[in-house]
Amino acid sequence: MLALVSPALLVILALIVLPVGWLAWQSIYHDGFTLENYRRVFTEDIYWRSFALTFEISLAVTVIALLLGYPVAYLANSVPKGWSILILSLVVLPFWTSVLVRAYAWLALLQRTGVINQFLRYLDVISEPLALVHNTFGTVVATVHILLPFMVLPLYATMQKIPSDLMQAGASLGASPSLTFLRVFLPLSLPGVLAGCTMVFVLCLGFYITPELLGGGRTVMVSMLVSRNVELYNQFGAASAVAVVLLLSVLAIFFVVSRFISLDRVLGQK
Amino acid sequence: MMRVSPARIALYVISALVLVYLILPVLIIAPISFSGARFLTFPPPSFSTRWYQQYFSNPAWMQATQVTLTVALLTVAIATPCGVAAAYAISQSKLRVMRLIHMTLLLPLVVPVIITAVGIFFVYAKVGLVATMPGLVLANVMLGLPYVVISVLAGLQSFDPAQEMVARSLGMNRLRSFFAVTLPQIKSSVIAGGIFAFISAMDETIVALFISGGQYQPLTKRMFTALRDEIDPTIAAISTLMTAASFMLVLLASARQKKSG
Repeated sequence: MLALVSPALLVILALIVLPVGWLAWQSIYHDGFTLENYRRVFTEDIYWRSFALTFEISLAVTVIALLLGYPVAYLANSVPKGWSILILSLVVLPFWTSVLVRAYAWLALLQRTGVINQFLRYLDVISEPLALVHNTFGTVVATVHILLPFMVLPLYATMQKIPSDLMQAGASLGASPSLTFLRVFLPLSLPGVLAGCTMVFVLCLGFYITPELLGGGRTVMVSMLVSRNVELYNQFGAASAVAVVLLLSVLAIFFVVSRFISLDRVLGQK
Repeated sequence: MMRVSPARIALYVISALVLVYLILPVLIIAPISFSGARFLTFPPPSFSTRWYQQYFSNPAWMQATQVTLTVALLTVAIATPCGVAAAYAISQSKLRVMRLIHMTLLLPLVVPVIITAVGIFFVYAKVGLVATMPGLVLANVMLGLPYVVISVLAGLQSFDPAQEMVARSLGMNRLRSFFAVTLPQIKSSVIAGGIFAFISAMDETIVALFISGGQYQPLTKRMFTALRDEIDPTIAAISTLMTAASFMLVLLASARQKKSG
């Protein structure tokens, strides 16, 4: 049995465990042990500002995705099967479109001469084009779009398991629909909320293509810090330290969440 | 007859808006790709296939397409058997260590791709695999493996291992009984896993940005560079083709999965 897993395991060990280990080593060793790279990450303005910005954006994206995703998952759960299949297909449809293609689509929609600005000018709502992209706004709009399915799917999976008898029991005991929702349905859907929020937050922390193409160079997320340190400045040690801190943040979040819900629930979706 | 409450109406409206937000960007690209205008205007002023002609007549785009297809096919050819073997072992073995191995195989989904990409770049730089075909394929095999493992494990869950025992008790060896009894029954999830690995390799961008170069640059790397410089509707034509390819493959995969139940 071990022989059967060894090819796959070898590939994973050589191409993800070894490279990540290499990064960790490189972050603390350069002609002798040094914590200089970590000192820079934690004290230099540009680094910790980027970390702060990345956490802020990830938090905003998670909250928006939850607010947009919850109603959709709720609706998909409460309509007849045919409709819920249609709704879920529309949710997963963009899932299988390349992230790059969608970044292009958002550029086409949001730029100064883009579809939305032209439409608003045609309606005479605005006289000057709005700056919708090449900033944090454009990054958040496109990132929420990409991560929304990761929110809706675990929410829907959890809601499906809530017995509808419970709602009827609440109603028969005289509770209004909104009270049954708040006191019965919402608390029971919380594991799905936690699973969806974890996945969206963690994926957003490491997002690279979308902020790079839609952020206009001003929204420097941690992933871009890593890539710039490698590609532009040849600061391999600093890049490694940033990568290690990012990875540790991700693992810490998974660890904390795993105390509350099974990780299969979080990872099972994709 | 149910009373339609205001809350219910709000739910419909919000959900409809969110769904429009989700699919609009996917649908907007095709009309742009058939526009006759040099710059983005919507609705397109005239119908034209010039951006498709430009794509098909440009040697650089064609070479990149060839690289992408070769990498994706080789990725499937390597990742599928490795993934099936691993999933089979994980589902059959009672060894404690298998749980740890299972988690390890899903690591590519957990570690942010930018970190994997930079790490692989450093390792490849040491062993001379940067800007080579084998390097690109290996990285995509790693990224595609989890999809195969997850899909095949799901397929094996509904398979009764006693059937294989029967075949073995009738004198088949383990390998033959696997191919004769088990594989035909999990065929659909194997194919679905392979298709997902293909799509993953076709869409992969971040790792390619760091480790590919020279004549071995996939389509996504050239698209990324082009998008950073200026927005050319040729990208819309390529995007439309890529999206159409993905959707057809996903339909194929889900039709397969439905058959296997």
